[in-house]
Amino acid sequence: MAPVGPRSGDAIFANMERVNAELFTLTYGATVRQLLTDLEEVDEVNKQLDQMGYNIGIRLVDEFLAKSNVSRCVDFKETAEVIAKVGFKMFLGVTASVTNWDADGTCCSIVLEDNPLVDFVELPDTCQGLYYCNILSGVIRGALEMVSNTSSFAQPSIPSFLWDVSLKTEVTWIRDVLRGDDAYELQVKLVKQVPEEYPYKDDE
Amino acid sequence: MIGVGKIKQYSNVLDKPLSKGKQEVSLSAFAFLFSELVQYNQTQVDNIAELERRLEDAGYAVGARVLELLCHRDKGNRRETRLLGILSFVHSTVWKVLFGKVADSLEKGTEHEDEYMISEKELLVNRFISIPKDMGTFNCGAFVAGIVRGVLDSAGFPAVVTAHFVPVEGQQRPRTTILIKFAEEVLLTFNPFIIANCILILDSPSAKGITHSLGFMS
Repeated sequence: MAPVGPRSGDAIFANMERVNAELFTLTYGATVRQLLTDLEEVDEVNKQLDQMGYNIGIRLVDEFLAKSNVSRCVDFKETAEVIAKVGFKMFLGVTASVTNWDADGTCCSIVLEDNPLVDFVELPDTCQGLYYCNILSGVIRGALEMVSNTSSFAQPSIPSFLWDVSLKTEVTWIRDVLRGDDAYELQVKLVKQVPEEYPYKDDE
Repeated sequence: MIGVGKIKQYSNVLDKPLSKGKQEVSLSAFAFLFSELVQYNQTQVDNIAELERRLEDAGYAVGARVLELLCHRDKGNRRETRLLGILSFVHSTVWKVLFGKVADSLEKGTEHEDEYMISEKELLVNRFISIPKDMGTFNCGAFVAGIVRGVLDSAGFPAVVTAHFVPVEGQQRPRTTILIKFAEEVLLTFNPFIIANCILILDSPSAKGITHSLGFMS
């Protein structure tokens, strides 16, 4: 099988245009605060953050494939590694690791060593149900769902992983430092692989 | 488990050492987030003015925190108490930290004494944004205007801050000007007559307490 491309996203991140993480952190904080004011219910905020993440994920995958030079992944295992090692590094400048695989290789955990979203953050008692970083789970879910769609119009020279399969996943938080845990752990569960239908219609 | 050892736990966010502010994320990550912020706010409003106000509010929250953070980290818990001082703090220090460069220009309004303008050829938040025709003069720079207002207001210089596109000759894209109109009391504080009075008061025995409160207000 072809190599998966870079083993880490360091070089790619170094070539990306970058901004101060504090601008990013504070802007995210302002977003969450606005959602809490508007929606009032913590559950609704979780949902909205996930939706925003999903919207980002389905767009971000284009840039990821174009800039990462990642070639086709053979299985979900490799895909998860690429997300953790290349994806997180490339966009957020942090690395994540993949652990806790289940026996059939369809469910794993992505553990974040560092998380730029949560600087300066402490959850007040009223927000204990809040998954502050829920946007991340949405991003992963969205990106995996769009994997194939992107490859259909990417230049042929860019090898992409899983050409004709869309990955439906469920992403849930297992551990969250803001809630008193010792790390950030996202469980990514592959629910099904949906073969894409050809040919693509122009209006899709 | 991998990675676990690297995250230290603090019972309180204030116990955590303050980062040096050197960490970076990709511009794309910020642009994606900002785009979601704008799109979400679009669903919450009926008109452009409201949308700008909401973006400004979001920015205000950032600005208030940026002031606190920078004063604490970079200025040894001191902050500017003079009008020009705080303006140049915004134009250089704040801009440099948030956007990686000093703002292109800081000018005083020619028609009004109380107006100042910070201009930027290509405002970071507007990099990937084009405004649909039907949205008229809407400028996502409202977010940055909010940041500026947040900094100024929290430092004791209340102002109305707005973002405007200004066409530039020979350039396809207009530049963004952040217009700062200070509240009346801000300029009064710098009225020479009042300052003269302050000096008189400062000479009096109870000066210490008063300097304190003056420092807080100005």
